[in-house]
Amino acid sequence: MRGIAKAFPGVQALAGVDLDVRAGEVHILLGENGAGKSTLMKILSGGLRRDDGDIEIDGRAALLDTPRAARDARIAIIHQELALVPEMTVAENIYLGRAPTRVGMLDHGPMVRGAAALLAQLGASIDPNELVGALSIAQQQLVEIARALSLDAKILIMDEPTSALTERETARLFETIRGLTVRGVAIIYISHRLDEIFAIGDRITVLRDGRHVVTQPIDMADRRELVRLMANRDVDELVPASARTMGKAKLRVEKLSHGRSLHEVSFTVRAGEIVGFAGLLGAGRTEIARAVFGLEPIDGGTVYVDDTAVTIRSPRDAIAAGIGFVTEDRKREGLVLSRSVRDNVALPILSRLAKLGIVRSRHEHATAEAAVRDLRIRTPSVKQLAQNLSGGNQQKIVLAKWLATGARILFLDEPTRGIDVGSKQEIYLLINELAANGVAIVLMSSDLPEVLGLSDRVLVMREGRIAGEFTRADATPERVMACAVGM
Amino acid sequence: MISRTTLRRIVAGREAGTALGLFVLCLGLWIATPYFATAANLTNVAEQSAIVGVIAIGMTFVILTGGIDLSVGSLVALAGIVIGSALQRGLPVPVAVVAGVTAGVVAGALNGLMVTRGSLPPFIATLGMMSVARGVALMLSDGRPISGFPDGLRVLATSRVMGVPAPVVLMLGLYLFAYIVLTRTVLGRYMYAIGGNEEATSLAGVDVKLYKTFVYAISGLSAGLCAILLVARLNSAQPIAGIGYELDAIAAVVIGGTSLLGGSGSVIGTLIGALIMSVLRNGLNLLGVSSYLQQVAIGVVIIVAVLIDMGLRRRVHRSTR
Repeated sequence: MRGIAKAFPGVQALAGVDLDVRAGEVHILLGENGAGKSTLMKILSGGLRRDDGDIEIDGRAALLDTPRAARDARIAIIHQELALVPEMTVAENIYLGRAPTRVGMLDHGPMVRGAAALLAQLGASIDPNELVGALSIAQQQLVEIARALSLDAKILIMDEPTSALTERETARLFETIRGLTVRGVAIIYISHRLDEIFAIGDRITVLRDGRHVVTQPIDMADRRELVRLMANRDVDELVPASARTMGKAKLRVEKLSHGRSLHEVSFTVRAGEIVGFAGLLGAGRTEIARAVFGLEPIDGGTVYVDDTAVTIRSPRDAIAAGIGFVTEDRKREGLVLSRSVRDNVALPILSRLAKLGIVRSRHEHATAEAAVRDLRIRTPSVKQLAQNLSGGNQQKIVLAKWLATGARILFLDEPTRGIDVGSKQEIYLLINELAANGVAIVLMSSDLPEVLGLSDRVLVMREGRIAGEFTRADATPERVMACAVGM
Repeated sequence: MISRTTLRRIVAGREAGTALGLFVLCLGLWIATPYFATAANLTNVAEQSAIVGVIAIGMTFVILTGGIDLSVGSLVALAGIVIGSALQRGLPVPVAVVAGVTAGVVAGALNGLMVTRGSLPPFIATLGMMSVARGVALMLSDGRPISGFPDGLRVLATSRVMGVPAPVVLMLGLYLFAYIVLTRTVLGRYMYAIGGNEEATSLAGVDVKLYKTFVYAISGLSAGLCAILLVARLNSAQPIAGIGYELDAIAAVVIGGTSLLGGSGSVIGTLIGALIMSVLRNGLNLLGVSSYLQQVAIGVVIIVAVLIDMGLRRRVHRSTR
């Protein structure tokens, strides 16, 4: 792969990446969230079209513009998110789309036998006739791997294949991988787990911000060095430093637990303080916000606002307690896109703006106008539909909505996702302004420079627990990253 | 000032296209048949539209929130039978009417609870209620029409206000009320917001389940009001009344430009949609078109209206991007 580029609206996901993978090697792909690993692999497997760049397989140019073309080139991918049909059997899933047939009818015999052989090779005790929906996540992952094996691929991409596997299953998988490499299969292996990388990899490539950083043999790589390469970049100059005075503890969360995703998480945020949560995807950042905001029932723990314990069972309770939540998915959870800027800003406070159930339009209009002015939302009028504004301005509407409720505690989950650089800076300035005005801010982001640049304190999540806490001065990208991956 | 902005909104909005459609239809019929534009015929058309027009108000609310209510036709029969049996037992007209409307509201609220608390898809919940309500109406009446009422109720169908039949006045009054609810009240805003993005609305602290339940209750209420008009008009209550009304109401809503996905639309559009349906039926009758062909024509109109609406919407999208 040479000079691969791909841009999404507002983001350059890949900016000319080179990657060469040899037959019979396990090539590790390393990089933090958003570095471009998954995008690169989606391009190789035909799931996305590249904007620029060439791909050669065995010295011949390959187009690979559809999943079908990739399959014909014998490239297989094992997705991180499982792509199985739960209502079908294991065997049917493994042979989905190319099931053996006899006079147009599904021929179950060879399918089940083939599936059983593949699963045995993986050391998995799974009945090929079982429905996939009845399997555990780990078993489903093994089925997914079996499906990739059944494609008899020359290039096999594995995106965090062990995330749900036990140690024994992982060891078995590694044996299978080694068997494949002996047969000349090239394997591209994506993982954050450094132990695994050193156990199975032959060479390693590090990506950062959509660019190729380094490719080297694994025995020449050093753990510390890898972490530094992954994380280290110029701390974004977009994020201005600011001096603030902090008040008393505004929000205190004690021993918050939720199912398997949160284990006794405790932290305090003071008025005027920005507390950043870092961690890998799925480490439990979003879950904290959802639990505190009353969207997930909590199994244990207490939330204190201004040193008073509050019971929050729904967003209504949370709003009443002065908490706002800017969700990571602006379009799905943040805005009613088909309604105007005014309607969106007024939504959480409509009953306050109304008298006897009739909305006082002058109040409503004034509230929206003030929000547009204060947050510098660029819109021709407050009557403009939210769907017609840019991502950055949409995000400002979401912020405005929460500020209108009078929230003094704000959870910001990925507040600048999918937003162009200029708007990002404006959002950063706004966040700083809010903190300066005494709002307690909890910032969750996969964008490490963003967390480090804005936060007064950084808490690192790992597997549902707070794994480390750093002051602004101590929070270097290397330390935070090392803590997030468990070093 | 209010009226001017309101007027401008109507002219600029999608309702203008639907209204133009109605106008062209009327013009065509006026040319095609001399009898169409007579006062007697137009009054008749308006009276006919009142029946489905009233249920279509509740249906608009439900569809705006992204739901559907298939039970309204059966609820009309149920409410009608409740009114009929109350009158038969010698209860005064106001009591009978309130009892009938209450039956509609209760059944509608049950629909709402099934959708919000039971998490049933609206299609399934109201399909079930459609059968249950029809069955209860048949049980209560032993399957026979109830008739022979005192004159009190009949007055509602026969009296006129400044030459306009009372049912038409009632319908227009209800539309005005619904228009105010949708454009000016908290409830109206919530309906649009829920239909536009239920998740975001719930996150904004709105009790989505409560409001959705309420909306189905309103749909039951409008079915109850429709039952009053129907019983008054026929001077009898029939357990098989209202069959297919739900589809006519949905057609009126859809022709009026309300999106079945929820979140956008208006009652003014629905009113025009209901008028288009009854003008079309009336016109085809006057032209002597067979009732079989009429069904075909009405179906075609529904499809074409929605196709045009979708086309317009796409163009608006493109021009604002």
